[in-house]
Amino acid sequence: MTTGSSPETVLVAGGGQSGFQAAASLRDKGFTGRVVLVGDEPGVPYQRPPLSKAYLKGTAGEEQLRLRPEDFFAEKGIELVPGRVASVDRAASRVVLESGEELAYDHLVLATGARNRVLPVPGADLDGVLMLRTREDADRLRASLEAASNVVVIGGGFIGLEFASHAGRPVTVVEAQDRLLARVASPEVSAFFKELHEKAGHTVLLGTGVTALHGDGHVSSVELADGSWLPADLVVVAVGVVPETTLASDAGLTVTNGVVVDEHLRTEDPKIFAIGDCANFPCVHAGAATRLESVQNAVDQARCVAAAITGDAAPYDSLPWFWTDQTGAKLQIVGILANADQTVVTGDRAEGRFSVLSFRDGVLIAVESVNRPPDHIAARRLFTAELRPSYADLEASSFDLKAHVKSRSAA
Amino acid sequence: MPKVTYVQPDGTSRTVDATVGHSLMRVAIDHGVDGIVAECGGNAMCATCHVYVDPARLDDLGPLCSDEEEMLDCTASPRAATSRLSCQLPVTEDLDGLVLRLPEEQL
Repeated sequence: MTTGSSPETVLVAGGGQSGFQAAASLRDKGFTGRVVLVGDEPGVPYQRPPLSKAYLKGTAGEEQLRLRPEDFFAEKGIELVPGRVASVDRAASRVVLESGEELAYDHLVLATGARNRVLPVPGADLDGVLMLRTREDADRLRASLEAASNVVVIGGGFIGLEFASHAGRPVTVVEAQDRLLARVASPEVSAFFKELHEKAGHTVLLGTGVTALHGDGHVSSVELADGSWLPADLVVVAVGVVPETTLASDAGLTVTNGVVVDEHLRTEDPKIFAIGDCANFPCVHAGAATRLESVQNAVDQARCVAAAITGDAAPYDSLPWFWTDQTGAKLQIVGILANADQTVVTGDRAEGRFSVLSFRDGVLIAVESVNRPPDHIAARRLFTAELRPSYADLEASSFDLKAHVKSRSAA
Repeated sequence: MPKVTYVQPDGTSRTVDATVGHSLMRVAIDHGVDGIVAECGGNAMCATCHVYVDPARLDDLGPLCSDEEEMLDCTASPRAATSRLSCQLPVTEDLDGLVLRLPEEQL
């Protein structure tokens, strides 16, 4: 808690969605000490989801990306410090920025995010081989798209497919797994999106590895594992991310697929928290240590830590949910889809409006909704209200989630 | 610039300048108006930017599209005849003087 005589300082390392939210939520919670937000990107904190959607297409500008206008930060007394934290001196509770500036903290929040995984093949550093994470990346991609004739996307996950959807032309998507969205979606949903992308004119190559990128300075082709070559003058590499954990590991904190934190999102150093893409936390919904890359996780973890710092600590138990918007279809996922042993498809698959309910040991673990937002909202109510239904309960409601929620609230 | 007023459930209100072309959700966020969560960022996918519109002005707003219609059934506070999702309402000059009431709950 803050005290009148010696105001505390919270230092947030990382100015993405999670870092921003931590700073904003501290003020919402009435924190009166100093709040310093250190971020290495130009301008005020912004949202990343539109970078692979409306911003890429050009229907949203820089201003619409901003999480808050510039004067918000001055009004709320949030100090935006451009740069990166270079090191943490835990014994002295002090960080050193890359600029050499030193800052003392009472609480340090690591919101360092993740960086794009680099494709480990020859030619990955050629011109015309781009990735997408920051606004600058999106600007570069937009400019390159205008001049490109053959676009190849490596990676059929959220980012690669969103890019394909909003690139405004047919592209070739190369995916090493045997289905799209393999890490996040059920096979039913993967198959639906493959059809949709193919209908939109894209070529989808599954189970296809990339062995090299070729070109003289600028990329001109992609060599596949079967020895064939695809012509390409723009290659977008979207093969996942790696958590940014160097700061934590250099400071002697435990790092295993992210900065390891407890159920309060605290590292083994009680003054240091980690949140968002960089944090590996005990997830009650997954029943396992988990690292999530989503806006929901970034925002809710930030709120949880702000509450803890202002004396209102509670274990983190927010329900994970995700969304994507591709080729005109909205996919919303709630829960963690792992080791499902039973699935039920409801709605109208042929019309492209359906939900996939996944069960493990007779209990609902995840709901994926395609163009069925009401199912998504109903599923979230079900999960959060500790009304997690069994297969048998839902069968009694003919797997109609909305009706099921209504019958439960009435009972 | 048109002026729009957001009224909190406790009756306190704020009148702000609304940029033409921005959504009424975006205007609220930009001015730090509490009570709009907008967790999906304006895609009519979450129903957390629910507002009640002054009934006399309902016709000044565009019609409900099917996405918004469907999502209004999912709001945390009860849907009324004047319910809209503010992310689906672009600001026009005609909206000057519009009053929006915020619901008790968004989540």
